[in-house]
Parts: sequence; C-alpha cells; structure tokens
Amino acid sequence: MGFVKSLKCRECGQEYPKEPIHVCSFCFGPLEVEYDYDSIKKVLTKNLIASRSENMWRYKELLPLDGEPTVGIDAGFTPLIRARNLEKVLGVKELYIKNDSVNYPTWSFKDRVVSAALSKAKEFGFKTVACATTGNLGNAVAAQAVQAGLESYIFMPANLEQGKTIGTLVYGPKVIGIEGNYDGVNRLCSEIAGKYKWAFANINVRPYYSEGSKTFGHEIVEQLGWKAPKHIVVPMAGGSLILKIFKAIKEFKMFGFIPDADTKLYGAQASGSAPISTAVKNGWDTIRPVKPNTIAQSIAIGNPADGYYAVKTIKESGGWAEDVSDDELVEGIKLLASTEGIFTETAGGVTVAVAKKLIEQGRIPRNELTVICITGNGLKTQEAVLGRLGQPRLIRATLDDFDALMEEDTSSASPRGTKRVLAAAKKK
Amino acid sequence: MPVTVRVPTPLRPLTGNAEQVEVTGRSIKEILDNLESRYPGIKSRLCDEKGQIRRFINVYVNDEDIRFQKNQDTPVKDGDRISIVPAIAGG
Ligand SMILES: Cc1ncc(COP(=O)(O)O)c(C=O)c1O
Ligand SMILES: [Zn+2]
Repeated sequence: MGFVKSLKCRECGQEYPKEPIHVCSFCFGPLEVEYDYDSIKKVLTKNLIASRSENMWRYKELLPLDGEPTVGIDAGFTPLIRARNLEKVLGVKELYIKNDSVNYPTWSFKDRVVSAALSKAKEFGFKTVACATTGNLGNAVAAQAVQAGLESYIFMPANLEQGKTIGTLVYGPKVIGIEGNYDGVNRLCSEIAGKYKWAFANINVRPYYSEGSKTFGHEIVEQLGWKAPKHIVVPMAGGSLILKIFKAIKEFKMFGFIPDADTKLYGAQASGSAPISTAVKNGWDTIRPVKPNTIAQSIAIGNPADGYYAVKTIKESGGWAEDVSDDELVEGIKLLASTEGIFTETAGGVTVAVAKKLIEQGRIPRNELTVICITGNGLKTQEAVLGRLGQPRLIRATLDDFDALMEEDTSSASPRGTKRVLAAAKKK
Repeated sequence: MPVTVRVPTPLRPLTGNAEQVEVTGRSIKEILDNLESRYPGIKSRLCDEKGQIRRFINVYVNDEDIRFQKNQDTPVKDGDRISIVPAIAGG
C-alpha cells in the first residue's frame, strides 16, 4: 500500500509533504491528497476488489494511508437497494437507495471518513483526536477513538438533538457544547487546532478524512454492477461528500472499470441552510454564507468550506441543486419509511424530498437510473417526527377490546377509534 | 485606534511569529493596508489580484463574519478583535 505522493493545493497547485496540514500556506486553499494513479492502475483490478471483504477498505489503494487500515475497518459496503415502491410513488423507472443509515459502527456515512481519519492519525502518531461536529461526525469519532485506544474531544453546538448528543456521550469522550450554531463551533476549533497538537478530523487531517467519502461513490458503482448512475442526489452540508462521490466515479472511469462517467450530481439542502443550492439556482459562483435555521441540524452549515467547488462540480456535471422546507423534509422521512422501510434522519428526509422535487420539476428524467444517497439514521433525530406520526392506540389486555378495535377498523377503515373502544370498555 | 488582529499560523512567518498584532484603521480595508505597510507581502496572501479577500479565508470582527456586514468596508473601532480563519470542513 501507500500510493499517496503528496498533498497539493486545489487553488494554486503548490505541493506539500504528507503531513497533518490542511491549508496552503500561500493562498489558504484546501490541500488535497495526490495519488500515484499510474502505479495504482498497475495493481488494482475489479477482480481484486471483488475478492476482498465487504467494507470500504476493499478500495484501499484509493485511500490515503501508507500502511494497512487500523481503525474502523468494518465501515462501509452498506446496502444499495432497488426502491421499487418509491419508484411507483414518484413515477420513475429505476431508482436506488444507497443506505448509509446502517453504516457501522455509528449509522451514518461519517463512519467512512472517520475510519480514514483515525487510521491516518494513528500513522502520524497522534494520541488525541478531535472534531467539530453537527452530530454524526462526533458519534463516529467518539466510537472509533475507543476502538483505536485514542483520547477524543468532541466540540458541538449545545442544542443538538438528544440522539446525537447521547450517541456521543455514551462512548466516554470529552464533550464540549458550545453556544450558538455550528459555524461558531468551527471557528473556535480552528483556533484550538492551531494551539493543541491533536488530530482534528475535519481540520488538520481533513485531506485524508475527506477521501473516505469517495468509497460511498465507489460502492454505488460496484453495486450497480460496475456502472455509473445517470443521476445521484446527495445531501450537502460543507459540500465535501458530493465532490468525493464525483471523484470516485472519475477514478473508476480513469481505470477503465466503467465506460462512462457522465453522472449528473444533484445537491440537496434544507431551505433554512441553503447557501450552496442558492448559489446554484442563482448562477452565482461565490457562496454567500447564511445563518442556519432548520431542524436538519446535521447539514446546517451556513459557511460551507467546499461550497465553491460543490457549485462548480454540480454545474460541470450538468446537475442541479434544490432545497426543501422543514415540513417537506419531515414528509421525506415519512415517505422513505412508508415505501422502503428505511428510517432516515433529517438529512435523508431532505434528500428524498429534494429528489421528489427535482423529478416533479422534470430536472431528473423519469426514465433514467437515479440513486438517492441516504447518509444517516432516523433514530438519532426522533424530535423531527415526534408528534407527527400519531400515537399507539391503547386498549386493555383483552381480546374483547381488540375485537372492538378491529370492528372499527373494518367498518370505518379509520384509525381514530381508540377513544370509543376505551369508552366502551369502561362501561362494561 | 488600535485593533487586535489574530494571525493565522501560515502568516506568522511574516509577523515575526507573533500570534497577534495591533494595527490601526477604521475599516477592514484600512486594516489590511496598514498590515501590508508593516508586514510587506501579507496583503497578497490574504487578497487576490483584484484586491478581494481570497475565497477560502473568513474574516471576523468580534466573532461576526464580515460577509454578514459590509465586507472590506466593515467599520472597526478601538479594541475590536479581528480573526482571520481558513475555511473549515464539517459534519
Ligand atoms: C447525515 C449527513 N449527511 C450529509 C452530510 C453532508 O456532508 P458534507 O459536509 O460532506 O457535505 C452530513 C454532514 O455532517 C451528515 O451528517
Ligand atoms: Zn495554494
């Protein structure tokens, strides 16, 4: 292993050695991992990949380690399912769900990036890892740090959903809640990262971390039988995942694993935090930051670091971006659950609702292969649907009560009979 | 009217490794010009050829992004604290 040549500035091309650094010291542009693709091409084949275990490290030549992965090695290779019921509801011919809501170990696509980040942090010899998080990243860093025997510090907005907060605390890291929104957390963390010599997943080891997202795209292509979809709908926060999915498809095209890389990328945001989709829709090439106001907290980033490139990549691919209200995203969560039996979090609700919108707008043609990226799990954001799903109907533990209830169901086909059943039960 | 500017790591070689410096000026633009006369070369690191602040740099006056204010025309006053922070990924 070990095909990384250097780090390279995406803006000005300046090269740097493989170190825990993330910005170009000349122009502040983001540093990207540079691979020796010629050497990878000589060893990596579809058969070799297919012969390996079902996790993200089956593509290890395209990941930024010098040695073997040591942390989170069971992440990835989540199901790609044909969504036949959702196809009918949306009126489309061929629709798939890539389901990272069941990723391992913490049920979001962040398990991938963190596996890459912490494996790299171990290579660098760090003893402490950290991150600024909107929820999922913190869950993944805290859990995988335990596996790796590393100390961890998690910085997050103080008002995150209970599931996200508990899903970090349970692993026993140092957790710091910060007043205000995520963008403030990030700004503070950049100062902390300058002062304390830790591996910050999303800061100084970000060039390595973000490469882990590529495997989401690699898997889609492999699981479709080595074929790139025509359309992919991707949730966007900082805008990194959408870039890396595109990069993954282009890598496979470069190796000749697929004939074409003509996938159109569609970015999904919540309207209350939509700096990237707003730029796409208005034809701007700069991002105007916003102050987030949405229940989709995992993707509520008002100042997206990769926003500029996300806009560029979406346009280049021939895709588009859209955003949806909080009500629409809740309907998106319910739609996916009620058609495919998948309970996704707010970000997934956004992605489903945006896909629906784009299909209705005619931007995604009804007869072409489309993949919706589901990146997180609904059990972590239960507040979003609390009070919007009705209640269990209460009866006593008697067959009489249940029979009365069934009678109502068959006569009225209405689920609102509980009260009368209970009233009837009381009379007896 | 001196304000405090926190210097990000990549620029510290230019400020003799100072983590923060005191500069005078009434707007971000004046601060940038005065930084340049004190530490020649620093402005071209922060701004592109057109004089715009580079797209991966965020500038804050007392914790508020200047893009929510008047960009380089954002006024600054005695005792204000300016941070220059590279863009950061998230999740
Ligand atoms: C569930 C979920 N989906 C999508 C994203 C978006 O990721 P990116 O910042 O790469 O755009 C995040 C980021 O936190 C997330 O938690
Ligand atoms: Zn550069």
